[in-house]
Amino acid sequence: MKVKSQQDWWAGLMFIAIGLFFIVVAAGTPEFINKMVGSKLIPGYQMGSSVRMGPAYFPVVLGGILAVLGLLVLLDSIVEKGPDVAKFHFRPLIFIAISSLAFAYLLKPLGLALASIILVFISAYGGHEFKWKEVAIMSVVLVIFSIVVFVKGLSLPFPVCPSFVDVCPIR
Amino acid sequence: MEGIFGNLAIGFTEVFKLQAITIAGMTMTLPFNILMCLIGVLLGTLIGVLPGIGPVATIAMLLPVTFNLAPIAALIMLAGIYYGAQYGGSTTAILVNLPGESSSVVTCLDGYQMARRGRAGPALATAAIGSFFAGCVATMVVAMFAPPLAEVALKFGPAEYFSLMVLGLVAAVVLAAGSLIKAIAMVILGLLLGLVGTDVNSGVLRFAFGISEMADGIGFVTVAMGMFGICEIIANLEQKEKREVFTSKVGSLMPTRDDFKRMVAPILRGTVLGSCLGILPGGGALLASFGAYTLEKKVSKNSHEFGKGAIEGVAAPEAANNAGAQTSFIPLLTLGIPSNAVMALMIGAMMIQGIAPGPQVMTERPQLFWGMIASMWVGNLMLVILNLPLIGMWIKLLTVPYRYLYPSILLFMAIGVFSISNQPFDCFLMAMFGLLGYVCVKLGCEPAPMILGFILGPLMEENLRRAMLLSRGDPWVFISPSKPISMGFLIASVLLLVIIALPALRKKREEVFVEEPKA
Repeated sequence: MKVKSQQDWWAGLMFIAIGLFFIVVAAGTPEFINKMVGSKLIPGYQMGSSVRMGPAYFPVVLGGILAVLGLLVLLDSIVEKGPDVAKFHFRPLIFIAISSLAFAYLLKPLGLALASIILVFISAYGGHEFKWKEVAIMSVVLVIFSIVVFVKGLSLPFPVCPSFVDVCPIR
Repeated sequence: MEGIFGNLAIGFTEVFKLQAITIAGMTMTLPFNILMCLIGVLLGTLIGVLPGIGPVATIAMLLPVTFNLAPIAALIMLAGIYYGAQYGGSTTAILVNLPGESSSVVTCLDGYQMARRGRAGPALATAAIGSFFAGCVATMVVAMFAPPLAEVALKFGPAEYFSLMVLGLVAAVVLAAGSLIKAIAMVILGLLLGLVGTDVNSGVLRFAFGISEMADGIGFVTVAMGMFGICEIIANLEQKEKREVFTSKVGSLMPTRDDFKRMVAPILRGTVLGSCLGILPGGGALLASFGAYTLEKKVSKNSHEFGKGAIEGVAAPEAANNAGAQTSFIPLLTLGIPSNAVMALMIGAMMIQGIAPGPQVMTERPQLFWGMIASMWVGNLMLVILNLPLIGMWIKLLTVPYRYLYPSILLFMAIGVFSISNQPFDCFLMAMFGLLGYVCVKLGCEPAPMILGFILGPLMEENLRRAMLLSRGDPWVFISPSKPISMGFLIASVLLLVIIALPALRKKREEVFVEEPKA
């Protein structure tokens, strides 16, 4: 047995895993695992009947379908030739993710202005070219723009200045 | 007919209504809705011109901004973005051979060739005229067909709705490139993710893992921005930037008399075809433009010129994609079923505004319904008047490097998502969905079907539960002769699946045949 389509192989595995995950969380861990562990590992939700469906019913059915579809894709990957998984580019992936997280968790302590500058710098670093001067100008322009549009124009309740600054010139 | 015009009159008064608006502490009386329409079409054209940001990501980005607007203003603006993007996309297709939108891929074929021969102006004008004409007709089509359809839909019970959603989702799979099974799997994944949060019937918290922010479910905006916005940025950063503006001058815009003669029939055909394909669930601008180009190539007497700068090859698909973009609002407005990812976002916008999408919107909120339809026509008019003179500016924008664009987009997305509940958690989820979207794209699974499933997940469960309760647990209720509509929908779904599967089957067999001699 040889995998002929790496792409389908991994896609199939992903769908099976997600499908099973939803089934287990919805229906609870199977009986034999519960017996082995000695307690209910994941309690799950009520299944109900087809007349009165419980909260677990629909997710379990869908999870089952997803797992079966995943299995089909998996089998297909052994039979049918297909493309390889395209190369992952980790640099943009990581920098984009980190920049949005940094913005989110720094917005309240540091204020919109600083958080925006941090986002712009980190995300710009994930690109092909990084020029200090350009990025600095861009971040200043964007900070002014977002304060004018979002804080002033749309009156979003964002702090503009860091929380440790007592007197903020812009509110 | 009289009824239609009466209704359209309601719409136009709504669109042109003067409103007292308070912006930054100042109160002004403005025709606010028309202003929103203008902003929408301009934004739409902008993103249509800029490759690398699609209408889905932009609408998702703007959804939080619309929280503070009145529902009608919000929907008018979002709709404007969608058809504005069709115009903008064709501009770049003609001038730079880069389809700004997927629906203008076919416009590249002949539009760019026309530009290379120094006829960029007439090509742009043809696209604009075709789009405008199609837009006018499609507006009428929406106005005529929406009310009777909504009336039929009002009689739908839970079984019919469930089957209709199945049909809608199956039809949406048609549009997904690549494997059929993977597209269906993505729909199911979307349905599952849509179930996260408090179950309406039992009050049980599902798949929340003790995170209190997940009690209301995963925000629609969050998912859309992650799967489309973030994912697009990462994917764009993979490639080295290369963009060349071909034309130095657009030249005279005016098409010649011969051009006019040649474009009339294709525009008419494109409009009709586009309107029909747009109504179908799963249809929309993309399908329409491809269909129209193929049809035109078959019937045109100038078919030998296609691919070398035939004006018919610009006129027909441009008319069709605009018509399709507009008529795809019909299933949304009458049935509450999205036919593509943009329409799913529109449903999201309606729900955020507290409007349950469905046939009752037309009777309960006629101003909203007809206002939106009237705004489509007004928006199209604005696009024609504004865009041709503004083409110079759009070309300049094309030269803006992506390294300036994406940090700005990212910042606006982060601000938008954060503002939903003023919690960092939503941004975290957005980043996670960005990663999921990236992985899916790498594995050849398109995210677009997922977003449809995500929107329909809770609705489908609700209708399934009700239908089963009413039928006392008999699953045959969906295909029993006593429910012919439901049965029809399900049969249509199965037929569609078979039809889609067939050519794929054939193609695969061909591939096998080609490869066999080597092995």
